[in-house]
Amino acid sequence: MNMVIFGATSAIAQAVARLYAKKGARFFLVARNDERLAIVAADLRARGAAQVETANADLADLSLHANLVARAQSALGALDRVLVAHGTLTNQRAAETGADVMAQEIGVNFLSAASLLTHVANVMELQRAGSIAVIGSVAGDRGRQSNYVYGSAKAGLGVFVQGLRHRMSRHGVNVTLVKPGFVDTPMTAGLAKAGPLWATPAKVAADIKAAMEGGAAILYTPWFWRWIMLIIRSVPDAVFRRTRL
Amino acid sequence: MDALHQRKDALSWGRAHHFTHHIAQPAFADELPTILKERGARPVLARGLGRSYGDSGLNADNVLIDMRALDHVRGFNPDTGVLDAEAGVTLKDILELCAQYEGRWFLPVTPGTKFVTLGGAIANDVHGKNHHGAGCFGNHVLSLRLMRSDGTVLTCSPDENTALFRATVGGMGLTGLILSARIALKSVPGLWVENEDIRYDTLDEFYALTNDSLEGWEYTVAWIDCLARGQATGRGIFSRSRHIASSRPAPPIRDPRIALPVNLPNIALNKITMAAFNALYIRRARRKPTRKAVPFDGAFYPLDAIGQFNRLYGRRGFYQYQCVIPTRVERDATRALLSEISQAGVGSFLAVLKTFGDKLSPGLMSFPMPGTTLALDFANAGASTLALLSRLDAITRAAGGRIYAAKDGRVSAADFQAGYPQWTDFARLIDPGFSSSFWRRVGAGAAA
Repeated sequence: MNMVIFGATSAIAQAVARLYAKKGARFFLVARNDERLAIVAADLRARGAAQVETANADLADLSLHANLVARAQSALGALDRVLVAHGTLTNQRAAETGADVMAQEIGVNFLSAASLLTHVANVMELQRAGSIAVIGSVAGDRGRQSNYVYGSAKAGLGVFVQGLRHRMSRHGVNVTLVKPGFVDTPMTAGLAKAGPLWATPAKVAADIKAAMEGGAAILYTPWFWRWIMLIIRSVPDAVFRRTRL
Repeated sequence: MDALHQRKDALSWGRAHHFTHHIAQPAFADELPTILKERGARPVLARGLGRSYGDSGLNADNVLIDMRALDHVRGFNPDTGVLDAEAGVTLKDILELCAQYEGRWFLPVTPGTKFVTLGGAIANDVHGKNHHGAGCFGNHVLSLRLMRSDGTVLTCSPDENTALFRATVGGMGLTGLILSARIALKSVPGLWVENEDIRYDTLDEFYALTNDSLEGWEYTVAWIDCLARGQATGRGIFSRSRHIASSRPAPPIRDPRIALPVNLPNIALNKITMAAFNALYIRRARRKPTRKAVPFDGAFYPLDAIGQFNRLYGRRGFYQYQCVIPTRVERDATRALLSEISQAGVGSFLAVLKTFGDKLSPGLMSFPMPGTTLALDFANAGASTLALLSRLDAITRAAGGRIYAAKDGRVSAADFQAGYPQWTDFARLIDPGFSSSFWRRVGAGAAA
């Protein structure tokens, strides 16, 4: 099994990779930091990966994407599994005061993923097999004052992935949109993590692997976030405006 | 960007201490120097999976560095069984790696849960049911990398930076941040174990069974009915097991199958429910040993099947008491401890008795010594619980024993220091940028 991961040093991406490493997968990992890539590559090798290749790239630079996908192909051959996991957690305040920050955040969280997916999809369409998972967010389910810039990028990505899934289904390729809830990772270090809503990266990764293999369209992980977000989407505007969500 | 976040959610396993901490949660070790700068004058302590019971893993109003994401395996040699891994790697990760390599290797020493980190296992110099043969976890650490508060990284081993190595093994995290360690896994015939459970009626029978088992059985431990009195004091179930070759497929390594989502009401555990449980539980085993082959997971980690079982003890949490009594007086002192507990009638159904062997750990502050160790939980009922534990401390101290820091949240400085006269040597090797709530309570500066 060959796997390409964009944003391979994120906590969730690493946890997913470990599950595939255990099965002897071969990897092409892309991230921005060589030292960290080397740490992750060594880890996956020890955990059973048959081969690990890495590439250092800032994925906000769309001009690199075609070449990266070509390199992944030449390193691995067929692209069986692709995980798009890169992104930044936007500082909402900064994105409100500066339109350039806003544009940059939409760029890395939406445009960059959409661009990569376009290159990847064109390869996988010809392969007529494989599975793609894209990390979205529950923040894309309803615009909220606390994070609507990030949320709108993820919402746009959600519709893009939905359409791509529609297109690719005729070619035997699965596309899954993943919407994690609260995950206990370094990215959420600022939040108190006691309580039943928090999940470990390992738990979320197990859900992602099952969805990639089973072909789910949208994965809320853990499962109860589907119902939490249904409620949040259903709150009437008049009430919602009074909340500070 | 601020690396430290003020939070109140870091609890220890006993859930009896509620502190505010400044918490950092690095994704990679390259963030640690920045965190150590940002701490200012506040001392630091590493945190793993939070399985220490009292306050030895807490650092009230100061800095905790959550090491869980620093969980990368740096290398594993399947021919020699030498594993090099970051401190946040869990024993569960290591067991999965063992299964990956056809079950030829196993943890040389494991405590009663696989949900602890490598760093935590070293910092507490944990022991297991095979102490009589294998010693402590620290006996199997080949070397470790230690980051001091000034950012320097030292390699410490039995041959290099020896004093610091000995202080770090069992050093409760106070000598610096353990970044990674090389450990020697042990060669085993397989991941299945042969297990025998034997019901016994008196403390003397426990010692007789122990002596009969030390040769042929790698792992021994006894569950005891801590409410039994008089002649029956110390009665329980003696378990012994050893690795066997098996043609069966490697057993699964399980996550908790069920979890307690909330604290149980305090009324759930009382003398009547506990006596009923103990009376039923002891009937699980026969007097004639029954031998069966079982997966190691259920045999070594029965409580891992229930997530958050610590919530059993209600909102006020609980204390675990674990002490060791030296061989010379082990029978009398153990009987005295058990009598004190059964008279109070407040023990729990998780009570464990085991003998330690005479293999010395390199750890300066390691807990085990040749003798008998007793461990059991007490729901936190406030002053009456603390008073009982102090009475147990007096028995332990008079017997020349000591308590286990990883389990403690209340021992007096005088009783702790009496058990560890080497503490003054240890205090000189502590990193000045590191501290813990426990150490401020029992170490230098605490009123002895």
